[in-house]
Amino acid sequence: MAHVETHDPNTPLEYRSETGRLNILGFWIFLGAEIALFATLFATYMVLTHRIADGPALGELFEVKSLLIQTFLLLTSSFTCGLAVHEMRRHNVKGLMLWMIITLGLGLGFLYFEIQEFLHFIHEGANIGTSAAWSGFFVLVGTHGAHVTFGIFWVTMVLIQVAKRGLTPATSAKVFITSLYWHFLDVVWIFIFTAVYLMGMVMHHG
Amino acid sequence: MQRLKPFFTIGLVMAVFMLSGCSEMVVLDPKGPVGEEQKDLIMYSIWFMLFILLVVYALTAFIVYKYRDRKNHTGYDPDNEGSHLLETIWWIIPIIIVVALSIPTVKTIYSLEGPPAETKDQKPLVIHATSVDWKWVFTYPEQDIETVNYLHIPEDRPVLFKLTSADSMASFWIPQLGGQKYAMAGMETELYLQANESGTYKGRNANFTGEGFTDHTFDVMAMSDEEFEKWASETKADAPKLSKEQYDKLMLPGHVKEMTFSSTHLKFVNHADQADYALDARERLGYKSLVPHSKEAKERREEEKKKKQEEREESESHGDSHAH
Amino acid sequence: MKWDEFFVTGDPLIYGADVSIVLTMVGILFYLTKYKKWKWLWTEWLTTVDHKKLGIMYIVSAVLMLFRGGVDALLMRTQLAIPEAKFLDSQHYNEIFTTHGTIMIIFMAMPFLIGLINVVVPLQIGARDVAYPYLNAVSFWTFFIGAMLFNISFVIGGSPSAGWTSYMPLASNELSPGPGQNYYLWGLQIAGIGTLLTGINFLVTILKMRAPGMTLFRMPMFTWSSLVTMVIIIFAFPILTVALALMSFDRLFGSHFFTLQGEGMDMLWANLFWLWGHPEVYIVILPAFGMFSEIISTFSKKTLFGYKAMIWSMLLIAGYSFMVWVHHFFTMGSGAAVNSVFSITTMAIGIPTGVKIFNWLFTMYRGKIQFTTPMLWSLGFIVNFVIGGVTGVMLAMAAADYQYHNTYFLVSHFHYVLIAGTVFACFAGLIYWYPKMFGYKLNERIGKWVFWLFTIGFNVCFMPQYFLGLDGMPRRVYTYSEESGWGPLNMLSTVGGFMMGIAFLVLVYNMYYSFRFAKRETTGDAWDGRTLEWSTPSAMPPFYNFAKIPEVTGLDHFWRQKQAGKVEKLTAKDIKKIHMPSNSGVPFIMGSFFFILGFGFVFGWMWMAILGGIGVIGTLIYRSFEYDDGYYVSEEEVIETEKISK
Repeated sequence: MAHVETHDPNTPLEYRSETGRLNILGFWIFLGAEIALFATLFATYMVLTHRIADGPALGELFEVKSLLIQTFLLLTSSFTCGLAVHEMRRHNVKGLMLWMIITLGLGLGFLYFEIQEFLHFIHEGANIGTSAAWSGFFVLVGTHGAHVTFGIFWVTMVLIQVAKRGLTPATSAKVFITSLYWHFLDVVWIFIFTAVYLMGMVMHHG
Repeated sequence: MQRLKPFFTIGLVMAVFMLSGCSEMVVLDPKGPVGEEQKDLIMYSIWFMLFILLVVYALTAFIVYKYRDRKNHTGYDPDNEGSHLLETIWWIIPIIIVVALSIPTVKTIYSLEGPPAETKDQKPLVIHATSVDWKWVFTYPEQDIETVNYLHIPEDRPVLFKLTSADSMASFWIPQLGGQKYAMAGMETELYLQANESGTYKGRNANFTGEGFTDHTFDVMAMSDEEFEKWASETKADAPKLSKEQYDKLMLPGHVKEMTFSSTHLKFVNHADQADYALDARERLGYKSLVPHSKEAKERREEEKKKKQEEREESESHGDSHAH
Repeated sequence: MKWDEFFVTGDPLIYGADVSIVLTMVGILFYLTKYKKWKWLWTEWLTTVDHKKLGIMYIVSAVLMLFRGGVDALLMRTQLAIPEAKFLDSQHYNEIFTTHGTIMIIFMAMPFLIGLINVVVPLQIGARDVAYPYLNAVSFWTFFIGAMLFNISFVIGGSPSAGWTSYMPLASNELSPGPGQNYYLWGLQIAGIGTLLTGINFLVTILKMRAPGMTLFRMPMFTWSSLVTMVIIIFAFPILTVALALMSFDRLFGSHFFTLQGEGMDMLWANLFWLWGHPEVYIVILPAFGMFSEIISTFSKKTLFGYKAMIWSMLLIAGYSFMVWVHHFFTMGSGAAVNSVFSITTMAIGIPTGVKIFNWLFTMYRGKIQFTTPMLWSLGFIVNFVIGGVTGVMLAMAAADYQYHNTYFLVSHFHYVLIAGTVFACFAGLIYWYPKMFGYKLNERIGKWVFWLFTIGFNVCFMPQYFLGLDGMPRRVYTYSEESGWGPLNMLSTVGGFMMGIAFLVLVYNMYYSFRFAKRETTGDAWDGRTLEWSTPSAMPPFYNFAKIPEVTGLDHFWRQKQAGKVEKLTAKDIKKIHMPSNSGVPFIMGSFFFILGFGFVFGWMWMAILGGIGVIGTLIYRSFEYDDGYYVSEEEVIETEKISK
């Protein structure tokens, strides 16, 4: 465990401690594992997507409006999250806090609409046990949703630490890592948007 | 080397001992063109493998003997760290071997997808083989008859098996006629086999399916075309019809004796299209699957053991009971 | 679940196990209390983040699991020794082969190797610890808890019985009801978390913590093999995580991924399982390759032959390992094209593997070969592994595989690669690095007895199984008839199995014997080694490993220094204060919560699972708010530990 701190002002804050650097690299690698995880879920979904048994087809229940709201909220949150990290690098704690809280708000909004959508599907007679296709849908999209939920708690914890300790190499590395996580979820959503919703609707209506 | 000697000796003795039994091993004693083709491929590969083993063992023995640490050691070269020539050689030779093995492998894979070349002009006999825990249901759609746990086939004519399963994933295998293929619920897989000699062969499920797996077997009787036709028409005339109730009872996990019917289950269900039929049937009949360590399960097992014992005693008292 | 079904009852074997478990527990508690060892246990072991101690704990657990899995194996062999034996009934036999397979792969082979990697890799790269010492402890405890959860199925609720492959729909609620299969799902899931974390941890460690001057192409081969293994882990284990989660959803929440109802797809499970499962076998074989490379080079007193080719072949194998999974079910009817492609990719793995064999042989060429026990195991590996290798190529030929599949031919093949490869490596590595871990060697004379007993027993046990396979004996049958003619070879196989069992006992005896009587090592270089782990002045490195981080100038740095007579001696002015991570009890506590979580899910008691989940998250939060930057070891303390005269 080396314990070297760099003080070169051109180095971003989060990269200034050895621990910070190691943690960020480790987290990138973890995201590699997450890609494998979501890839498996996507593959599963693709294989099962037409196996609807007696239940409704997937595209039949998808709603454009809810989808666009969710997408808009999550994409915007990724942008505000980027702004937050930008503020952090300018040592602006207030700016960081503000943009991160907005990010969390957007994340909560996303979750709200996602849960509404799930409830709507269940109401229409499509739940996890309806058919293989719906199992695949709920688990893929649900895993993403669970990740967002976890992310909201995580970011909150890190923000509390920033509030208590200020911006140190340790806290800034944590903020940076949570931001990587948040952007990653955004990327996954883009794939869900395309592979699940768009393709589902095109297959059904088109 | 001295130290390794017992090792090689034992290996050699064992290999000779076991190879001597080669001709009797069922996979290497095929009774039809499919098994024949596979046996040829196996034997072809075995020669390559023996050659590889020979090279590696000879080289190992030589190097270990020559360069063992001893007095008056010669030839020691601690910095000898590679040789482009040698390394190229042992990249290329395995590549050649793999190519030499790939070509007949791919040929055989493609050839086994269809009926055997020698009889490809004949119309194959179609038989549906359905696995149900732990029995085999054989359906002859053209003859409109059905058997359970035994199979009659004509010799010198390809048989196209259409495989499916009512529940767990099984594997349909008659070693002396040819390799196996999976039988899966909601799926239909196809397998061509053919017998060129009349006789009785062992067939079984080779894929683990739980408690009754070991006895998930059937007998195959290969006979002349006339005998087969005679058997089929007699069965059609004499055997009882298969009722839905009776068929549903077959869906219960367990073993049954050989059965014969003059109608088929395909009019109730084809498990290749309806994967959950057996589970529904079990529910209709009030069958409960039990936690293996629960009291009820233990009682059920005891009962089955008793039943089996009684059956065995009965069959012993009747002498050899091959009813057909 | 009724309470009278909670404990498994009704079988003398199980009552025997109950009694021995209780007696062992009482014995341990008594020992710890009487000799006042509780504090020692907690501060030295349960809370440690030291990679060497964690490694030892991995290895001790793995040896225990080897015992358990071995007993399973001998029970099976006893049942199969004669036709129509009544020793075990079908259900019991099914449980035993399921736990045997699962335990040997997940809870024996992998932790054994990860344990050796833990002990050795940081030392080999000249680091003071891994990149994330705390996370390393979490990895260990999740593995350990997963293993314990899986093992208690034996006495509580009943063991899984759908095979270690747990094919659906056999493993579904309808066909395998009860907690057994859930134990499989949650034991593996929890242990899998630990494995993934180990993957990340050691990848970063190897990439970032190497001593100055140690470029990638100066790393010892064992470190290289670990690096490649970690990459495979990172991409393979998430697949297992998903597969297990999906089956858990099927069993707990009524989803239809692999079920008979709702158009679930059983073939999907087989694909996902082997998409992980095939890389998994390379996860347990590549570190073995690395160890043999080290050992053969050390005891031939010679540089590894074709160092770069060794690395490239390993990378090729790693790549291929993700492209061959279909060969586990050629018989599924995927069509000629698919089977042909996967036949060829599978055979192609034989090419780099063959290259490695020849490179090992030529490492000995022009060497000065010493027949120490680690070297004997390595030679035994070459001779036996080749048999597993060539039969692997035979199995790769899909058209022929239709006849080998699901038979003892296959069983014999994978035991020839997994035992002659992985298990031989575990023994070789354990003996080789034993002085690094405990300060003395295992007795060589007894060690050679173990080697010959085990190797001969191994061949007597598994060679006949190839022929049983060709004679049509399917795997996983609990008995066979007299007229099948399989009796004599099975009896032979059983005899061999028991020889291996005896060899294991002699190995354990050797540990005891050497503990009592072995000469203690006085230097850090017990075998005239080549790599940095042997360069520490004391036999067992101090907790900070290196008082001064070495500077590496080439491959086999330490060996070259010795050859040139230029081994550096530490002086007081080399010593600077050393930063080290603090111990923590949180990983252990987190592990305990994981146990509660897993146990709850196994029995479908959601309140308990949620409680455990809250506990796990609580420990995560606690850790996040804990700003422990470790501590410094003072110059004086280092000087004293290193016994440097001023």
